[in-house]
Amino acid sequence: MLLDLGRLFGRTKRSKDVAKERLKLVLIHDRANVSPQFLEMLKSEIIKVITNYMDVDESALDIQLTKTKSDDGQSVVPALYANIPIRNIRNSGK
Amino acid sequence: MSEVIVITSGKGGVGKTTSAANIGTGLALSGHKTVLIDTDIGLRNLDVVMGLENRIVYDLVDVVEGNCRVKQALIKDKRYDGLYLIPAAQTRDKSAVKPSQMIQLCDELREEFDYILIDCPAGIEQGFKNAIAGADRAIVITTPEVSAVRDADRIIGLLEANEVRNPKLLVNRLRADMVRRGDMMSIDDIIDILAIGLIGVVPDDEKIVVSTNRGEPAICDNKSLAGQAFRNVVRRIKGEEVPFMSLTEDQGFMPKLKKLLGLKAN
Ligand SMILES: Nc1ncnc2c1ncn2[C@@H]1O[C@H](COP(=O)(O)OP(=O)(O)OP(=O)(O)O)[C@@H](O)[C@H]1O
Ligand SMILES: [Mg+2]
Repeated sequence: MLLDLGRLFGRTKRSKDVAKERLKLVLIHDRANVSPQFLEMLKSEIIKVITNYMDVDESALDIQLTKTKSDDGQSVVPALYANIPIRNIRNSGK
Repeated sequence: MSEVIVITSGKGGVGKTTSAANIGTGLALSGHKTVLIDTDIGLRNLDVVMGLENRIVYDLVDVVEGNCRVKQALIKDKRYDGLYLIPAAQTRDKSAVKPSQMIQLCDELREEFDYILIDCPAGIEQGFKNAIAGADRAIVITTPEVSAVRDADRIIGLLEANEVRNPKLLVNRLRADMVRRGDMMSIDDIIDILAIGLIGVVPDDEKIVVSTNRGEPAICDNKSLAGQAFRNVVRRIKGEEVPFMSLTEDQGFMPKLKKLLGLKAN
C-alpha cells in the first residue's frame, strides 16, 4: 500500500474526518433552522435566566449560531455566539 | 400482530428500492406473509427490481380510486411463498394518492399480512408524506457520504415530527477498504452524527447489480455479501440480536468485512 506522507506527518487530514467535521457543522444549522422558533426560544430562555442576575438590554441582544476554531486549533467547531449588553448588575444575586 | 415499515432516505438513489426488495423477500422466505407497496408514483421501479414487471394489471392508484379491489392489485410472487407486490402507477403523479388513503390501505392489509413494507420515493414532499402516513416504524437508508447523511438527518427529524418513532438506520454501499484508509466515514462516525439505532450495514457489492439485472433479489444468493447483510437485517427486524462488529485496525480486509456484516469472523 502506498504511504500518504502528508497524512503520516499529520499535515493532511483524512477525508473522512473532513467529511464528519463538515457534516457536524451543517447539521447544527439544519437542525436549528428546521424550527424557526429555535433561536427565539433559546433567546427568551437565556434572558429569563440572566435577568435573575443582571439588567440587560433585551432589544440589543444578539444570538447566532456560528463556527469557531477548536481549542487545539486543529478543526472548526460550531459555536453559540451571544452578545448581551448589560445595563446593571443586581446585588441580590449574591 | 402485523407491522407497517416504511423504507425511506431523503436523498435519491441510495438503495431504498433495493433494500425493500431484499428485506421483503427475506421476510417472506422466513415464513412471514409480506406485501411490498411501491409508493414512487410516476417512477415505479420495485416491479423491475423484483422481476414482476410483466404481471402488472392494477396499481396503487387503481386501488385508492376504487377501480379494483385490493386483492386484484396484489401481484403474487410465484417464486417465494407469501410475497406480494402492489406496484405504483406509472402514468400519474404523487398527488394521485392522499395520506388518509394510505392509512386506510395499510389498515386493510394488516388483516391479511404480517409485514407491510413501503418503498418511499426520494424527497420530502407528497410522496414521502403518503409513504410514512400508515407506518408503525421506519428504516432510514443512507450511504457513507456527506449529502446522504445530511438528508437522512432531515428525514429522521421529519419522521419524529410525524410521530413515526424510533427510526432505525441502514447504511448501504459501505466500502471497507475505503473506511480502512480513512477515505469513507465509518459506521461509528455515522452513528455518532445521526444518533439513532443501527439495523444494518450493507457493503457495496456488484452482485446487487447482477441480481437487479436478473430481477432476483440478492438475499437469495448465498455467496453475496450484500445478501448476507440483508439476511441479518431481516433477523433484526424480527427482533433477533445479531451482533455488529466494528472495523478494527489489525485485521485483513475479508475477516473485517465479514465481522462487520455479522458473519463468522474467519
Ligand atoms: N449495496 C449496493 N451495492 C452496489 N450497488 C447498489 C447497492 N445498493 C444499491 N445499489 C445500486 O444503486 C442504484 C440505486 O438503488 P435503488 O434504486 O435501490 O435506490 P433508491 O433509493 O430506491 O433510488 P430512488 O431514490 O431513485 O428511488 C441501483 O442501480 C442499485 O443497483
Ligand atoms: Mg426507489
